[in-house]
Amino acid sequence: MEAYLDNSATTRAFESVKDIVVKTMMEDFGNPSSLHKKGVEAERYVKAAAEAVAKTLKADPSEIIFTSGGTESNNMAIIGAARANRRAGKHIITSTIEHASVYNVFGWLEEEGWRVDYIPVDENGHLDQKALEAAIDEETTLVSVMYVNNEIGAVNPIGEIGALIKQKNPKTIFHVDAIQAYGKYRINPKKEHIDLLSVSGHKIHGPKGVGFLYVKNGTKIVPVVYGGGQQKGMRSGTHNVPGIAGMGVAAAQIYENYEEKRRAMYAVKKLFVDLVRELPGTTVNGLTGEDSAPHVVSVSFDGIRSEVLLHSLEERGIYVSSGSACSSNHPAVSGTLKGIGVKRELLDSTLRFSFSVFTTEEEIRYCAGVLAELLPMLRRYRRM
Amino acid sequence: MFAHEDLFHAFLIKYAEIGIKGKNRYLFEDALIRQIRFALKAAEGEFAVRKVTGRIYVEARTPFDFDEVVECLTHVFGIAGICPMVQFDNNGFEDLKERLLDYVGKVHPEGNFTFKVQTKRADKRFPMDSNEINAALGEALLEAYPGLRVDVHEPDVFFYVEVRERINLYSRIIPGPGGMPVGTSGKAMLLLSGGIDSPVAGWMVAKRGVKIDAVYFHAPPYTSERAKEKVVDLAKLVSRYAGPMDLHVINFTDIQLYIYDQCPHEELTIIMRRYMMRIAEAIAEETGALGLITGESIGQVASQTLPSLACTNEVCRLPVFRPVIGFDKQDIVDIALKINTFETSIQPFEDCCTIFVAKHPVTKPNRKVIRRSEEKLAEKIDEMVKTALETREVIRVE
Repeated sequence: MEAYLDNSATTRAFESVKDIVVKTMMEDFGNPSSLHKKGVEAERYVKAAAEAVAKTLKADPSEIIFTSGGTESNNMAIIGAARANRRAGKHIITSTIEHASVYNVFGWLEEEGWRVDYIPVDENGHLDQKALEAAIDEETTLVSVMYVNNEIGAVNPIGEIGALIKQKNPKTIFHVDAIQAYGKYRINPKKEHIDLLSVSGHKIHGPKGVGFLYVKNGTKIVPVVYGGGQQKGMRSGTHNVPGIAGMGVAAAQIYENYEEKRRAMYAVKKLFVDLVRELPGTTVNGLTGEDSAPHVVSVSFDGIRSEVLLHSLEERGIYVSSGSACSSNHPAVSGTLKGIGVKRELLDSTLRFSFSVFTTEEEIRYCAGVLAELLPMLRRYRRM
Repeated sequence: MFAHEDLFHAFLIKYAEIGIKGKNRYLFEDALIRQIRFALKAAEGEFAVRKVTGRIYVEARTPFDFDEVVECLTHVFGIAGICPMVQFDNNGFEDLKERLLDYVGKVHPEGNFTFKVQTKRADKRFPMDSNEINAALGEALLEAYPGLRVDVHEPDVFFYVEVRERINLYSRIIPGPGGMPVGTSGKAMLLLSGGIDSPVAGWMVAKRGVKIDAVYFHAPPYTSERAKEKVVDLAKLVSRYAGPMDLHVINFTDIQLYIYDQCPHEELTIIMRRYMMRIAEAIAEETGALGLITGESIGQVASQTLPSLACTNEVCRLPVFRPVIGFDKQDIVDIALKINTFETSIQPFEDCCTIFVAKHPVTKPNRKVIRRSEEKLAEKIDEMVKTALETREVIRVE
């Protein structure tokens, strides 16, 4: 049996996505920038996709900029907003548990002379709002906070945070990395005071290599990619029509029967958490109920190296991620796990299980059964 | 690399040691030709590799990339020098002279050096003899290029002119890697770990003409599929020099866990290595290899102290070659960089030697003690070794 439980890394595409990707590669393969009919045809797919994703955010299609994926969306949002507003101030804020595509951009801007504050999180991975409030001043041009944490599934109260930021400094731009949240939450940027919002296609059963950045009308931001002036000059480069069309279809489909899909995922998650908690020597990190994301569970296993467990599961057709990509040679310990105070000896013993609409109860039971069988064996043999 | 690379359509291959191997010479030449053909598969274009009266020529049949071909040829052991050569039809002396003048102007634009013309007239129908050709061409060169001077004893540049059915002209010699053509000195089995040392060891032995196969000990789930991929990549890099090889992948997990269960922990590594040697030797004997090769270097780690080496060595009957035995790490790294295995070797994947390593492994193993510990494995180990050998995966690397 095979159980793909690594849906926070990537997902299998919807059939409908495959169909439109093939069609836009083989039949309607034009370049939207071309003046002829083939170009106009291709442009229709881009427009349709912009409308589809805008609709899920109660936004206007003109507020959508297509990118090459989550990383580019985050880079564009942070670098673009920081640069565009450098005269207003050079203070920017993020949290200590952001994804590398946010965290490392802040690191670079810090080297470039920006003043950066990293706001800590509590043991559940929630942003310390008091610390955020204290950090914002009149020079703060940007706050970037993730909606759902990719490693433990912690969910930030984005609306509250947005209100807090705007109340302290209405000019501060609020960027939200929603790469793990989009499709799992209904996001309304206007109500939640979000100016910039990053989304990736392949996390929602769309293609890889495509994503978008929502840019609220009127937000001051400069491009990071220059060239032929596509997408109103905000993001040059020939449109990735198959990717964009595929993502549009995926976005529409993921929000179809949304409540039902969420319920099913929470049921799967609850079952998994319950079964895992029965196993000795396991700790489920962060919150696990409906106050956490429906698709991510982080588990630490006493006395077991995550990589060994990962490969043991792999041998039985179960695919997961290590909580912190770690090898004995290069300890690169996860900022999130450290940030929420996971015990040192467990940092390298943590796996992430992540689900999708395709995940079944049967897969969960299979995985839990395999874990029950593997853990005693793996604990018997360890480095001395 | 040179000016006017497009002039060259052929290469004369100079070989060193194989020139002196007496009656077996043709075996060496044939092996060298085979290795050159293999190496040129990596280059775009078609090439004829021919042996003509004791010389090897590589002639391009299609357009090719000069640098790429030279790069391929510098991987072939047994080549002492690679001479890019201009070939043209034999249309008499005047034509030869014009072509030489043109060649010198293009290939040696520096214009200020001493030279000697060295002609070999194989086609005796040519109306001038070698000395006459040398003199006449030398004169023409002095006249055309006032910066040139003749020095018949130690010239900066030799202009070689070979008058055959066609005329060959060359002056540049690109150094080859030396050594002996692979396939002229039997076969050996390399224990390839994924580290920096073992690919270098394999390369060094291959350089002496030895054909290489390799064995890798895989320990899933403790070592990952990517660690295995890395070893396949390393085998590919070594095969650029050593030619195609078989990589035997042994699943070593059960044996390791059994040793873990039965033997003292601080002896785990040394006993494990003894079984690796036994298994490598078994494959060697089965496949006709006459020795084992390891990347061991004295004192580098606990299992490479002299007592440890003696202890692992005693389980083998075949000779064990350790070409980097006296090298410092940096010496090994320098070769790894030269042969382009370093970047791959340093990818951080765990290998099976370190997964259960004790905090304080024995560094002076007593062979009697180790033998006694191994007796505790008696019940199952032979069967496990047999299974490991039978279930091994053989990957053809080229």
